[in-house]
Amino acid sequence: MSSETSLSALAAQLAARQISSRELAQTYLDRIAALNPAINAFITVDPEKTLLEAAAADALIAAGLAGPLTGVPIAHKDIFCTDGWLTTCGSKMLHNFVAPYDAHVIQRFKAAGLPSLGKTNMDEFAMGSSNETSHFGAVKNPWNTAYVPGGSSGGAAACVAARMAPAATGTDTGGSIRQPAALCGITGLKPTYGLVSRYGMIAFASSLDQAGPMAPSAEDCALLLNVMTGFDPNDSTSLERDKEDYARDLDKPLTGLRVGLPKEFFAEGLNNEVAAAVDAAVAELKKLGATTVEISLANSKLAIPVYYVLAPAEASSNLSRFDGVRYGYRAPDYGSLDDMYCKTRAQGFGAEVKRRILIGAYVLSHGYYDAYYLQAQKIRRLIANDFSEAFKVCDVILGPTAPGTAFRLGEKSDDPVEMYLNDLYTIPANLAGLPGMSLPCGFDSQGLPIGLQLVGNYFSEAKMLNVAHQYQRATDWHARAPEGLK
Amino acid sequence: MMKWETVIGLEVHTQLATKSKIFSGSSTAFGAAPNTQASAVDIALPGVLPVLNKGAVECAIKFGLAIGANLNRINVFDRKNYFYPDLPKGYQISQLAKPIVEGGALTVAVDGVEKTIHLTRAHMEEDAGKSLHEDFHGMTGIDLNRAGTPLLEIVSEPEMRSSAEAVAYARALHTLVTWIGICDGNMQEGSFRVDANVSVRPVGQAEFGTRREIKNLNSFRFLQQAIDYEVRWQIETLEDGGRIEQATVLFDPDTGETRMMRSKEDAHDYRYFPDPDLLPVKLDEDWIEAVRAALPELPAAMQARFQRDYGVSPYDAAVLTGSRALADYFETAAQACGQGKLAANWVMGELAAALNKAELDISASPVSAAQLGALIARIQDGTLSGKLARQVFEGLWEGAGEVDAIIEARGLKQMSDSGELEKIIDEVLAANQKSVEEFRSGKEKAFNALVGQVMKASRGKANPAQVNELLKAKLQN
Repeated sequence: MSSETSLSALAAQLAARQISSRELAQTYLDRIAALNPAINAFITVDPEKTLLEAAAADALIAAGLAGPLTGVPIAHKDIFCTDGWLTTCGSKMLHNFVAPYDAHVIQRFKAAGLPSLGKTNMDEFAMGSSNETSHFGAVKNPWNTAYVPGGSSGGAAACVAARMAPAATGTDTGGSIRQPAALCGITGLKPTYGLVSRYGMIAFASSLDQAGPMAPSAEDCALLLNVMTGFDPNDSTSLERDKEDYARDLDKPLTGLRVGLPKEFFAEGLNNEVAAAVDAAVAELKKLGATTVEISLANSKLAIPVYYVLAPAEASSNLSRFDGVRYGYRAPDYGSLDDMYCKTRAQGFGAEVKRRILIGAYVLSHGYYDAYYLQAQKIRRLIANDFSEAFKVCDVILGPTAPGTAFRLGEKSDDPVEMYLNDLYTIPANLAGLPGMSLPCGFDSQGLPIGLQLVGNYFSEAKMLNVAHQYQRATDWHARAPEGLK
Repeated sequence: MMKWETVIGLEVHTQLATKSKIFSGSSTAFGAAPNTQASAVDIALPGVLPVLNKGAVECAIKFGLAIGANLNRINVFDRKNYFYPDLPKGYQISQLAKPIVEGGALTVAVDGVEKTIHLTRAHMEEDAGKSLHEDFHGMTGIDLNRAGTPLLEIVSEPEMRSSAEAVAYARALHTLVTWIGICDGNMQEGSFRVDANVSVRPVGQAEFGTRREIKNLNSFRFLQQAIDYEVRWQIETLEDGGRIEQATVLFDPDTGETRMMRSKEDAHDYRYFPDPDLLPVKLDEDWIEAVRAALPELPAAMQARFQRDYGVSPYDAAVLTGSRALADYFETAAQACGQGKLAANWVMGELAAALNKAELDISASPVSAAQLGALIARIQDGTLSGKLARQVFEGLWEGAGEVDAIIEARGLKQMSDSGELEKIIDEVLAANQKSVEEFRSGKEKAFNALVGQVMKASRGKANPAQVNELLKAKLQN
């Protein structure tokens, strides 16, 4: 498929009544039915519900009440609570959980008239970089099904890459939008912390979690961001800001743009092919009028250890509510209350989730709190300070999204530390609360996509999307789709 | 024999009188059917988030100002992590490192001796739900209506030295929190729950003994009984050569004893850390000053004023400021009649007895303060004797109308016409010649008998002073 499936193109076709939302939804549902058995990008698909929502969108269009994206169907990560749909978070713990309410993000998409194509697969409780920790099985990379799609928003990235959905929602705690976007060859954006409400998004690490759009292009992401963002009184960390049009600067020329290249992101550990593709992208941006400046994010080398103290600490507490008492999984046989807790959580959580709960409980425990949690918070501030310094001399920071391209299924699942290193370049933006995005910038020799990361200053999403859009006008990496899947 | 000193510190959980919960919009009303006041946030569905109720913060500010404490300008909420079925999130949102209130003091009086008890801190937190073990055979029911109800946990310094002091402090605190309207004070419903940390040490020893914490005392009587038992138990244990282990105990009102709930070894590691779902709350000076301006006159200030303005004794002033409703009642009555001491006597005497008998609170008194004031005014102007006034009071209590109407309707007016009274006296003297002679022969008692006869003949309506005067005059003729 080509750019005829861009969100703006689909919206135009809907507005011109060349196609109805029901017909469009059906097209994607058919493709999901055909491809999902091989890709496993979706946990829940419910054509009846999708078509009902599409019919409602058609009614809005017929009544002249359509918004910019009304009738365009999208997929939602299974971390968002969706009224009446199963919401599993990729876990056995919630294998049977039907949310009685919609997450704020879902409410916004519903109100804007975007039908849901289903709930996408993900690493269990968003903990993973390969989508292999899902209770519902690994997602396969549409470019080569022997490879992982990245994670935790692996189902979202894979379904967009395979054109099973025009776009999808994702969430990013340490790179969970950007890394799978990179590994699947699509565009994904993690907004400034607080821009998108976390209400109804099942919490992994509350101070880091942020929802964002995943789609083929930056333009698509801008349109989705327009729907997703906005103050929500139900989320105390939601920011009260004037409404922005994130597409407003897309067509601005890049003349005078100062691109910061952090030397630490081009150092040891970076795959040569990835480095070459990123260098080529830098050259392209220069052609478009940008200048480059070397910057240093000296403390970002501590990002992974800091992240693996803070995120598990918050997760160990956030996941306490999954106790078998009120909803979700409960062990079938148990004696005492403690036995019920132990068995329920031992059986309901997968290995990676348990590992992080244990790490988190440990770093918060009496006698260790200062050495781990407090120390990590201090370094977190240092990492954020590095970015503040950097943005004095550049407008946007550029580097690779991940150190390599997609790896084989099972290749890193026995080595958590190796797996964690995949988020080396993405985690710093989460720790600082900064917006970051990944966009396709080439392929490796095996035909696997390579991702380019942009990190912007707080609330500079429109600028980042402008840079990405101009780059995508000059290149066609984002427009390519896997050949074998038709 | 060794002499022992008791050391007591109290932790009081007061439910704040906000309409909705501290982190959700659910109602906090007591007594609803189980789980009907538990929203998605209260039952901790996946994905929900807390939003702070500013009303709870305002209650805490009021309290801090009322006890002269320091208010922390930046407030951080922490998560206290532990598993229990009535704790839906698996953590309680509380304040550890930076409580909203630090310091402050309350002055209490025990047997006429004043003592100042200092407070350590007071912090905001959410209440848990309730586990219901009765009615479910082999199972436990969970009611989450109370989950998320705002609490202010008020911690005192270990400065009390007897159960009487502890009770006096708890009562003063209870008066204060209800006075400033941050707590309804209903102890039966759990709005004011006391934990007592109790230890003993030999008199003269500087270090504290090992303390045991008595949990969840919901009446002042139980507080006294529990401490008295615990102190006896600790002294006996030590005198028998035993050791006190740090522990949490429960008081059983049926046996009057405390029993072990958990030892120090069972103590949780709560893994406190700042709640990332809630931003720090800043108290700005304008807010604090607005709350200060809206604070009512506090009990201590009012006691001093009552003594000064109405001439009541320190003891009476303390009793009359036992609650804001009582104080307001007294002051309204006193102002209506211009007789502070008389008003105090009536409020603390006749009215208190009647309310007590009927098990009514002052706020539900059938006799209004204005009515009582009008009644006292009629005593003052001589219309009513004390005896007649009590009859009028009964009429007021029964709702028979206003003071003057009752006097009129029941013919209770004191006789003011001396001609009428003289006539009665003449009749009494004529009919009681024996008493007259006895009086004249020097028996003073006979005079009282004659007064009694006159009062009787007037059916109580004669003014006793006037009777005395007229009778004396006639007998001396």
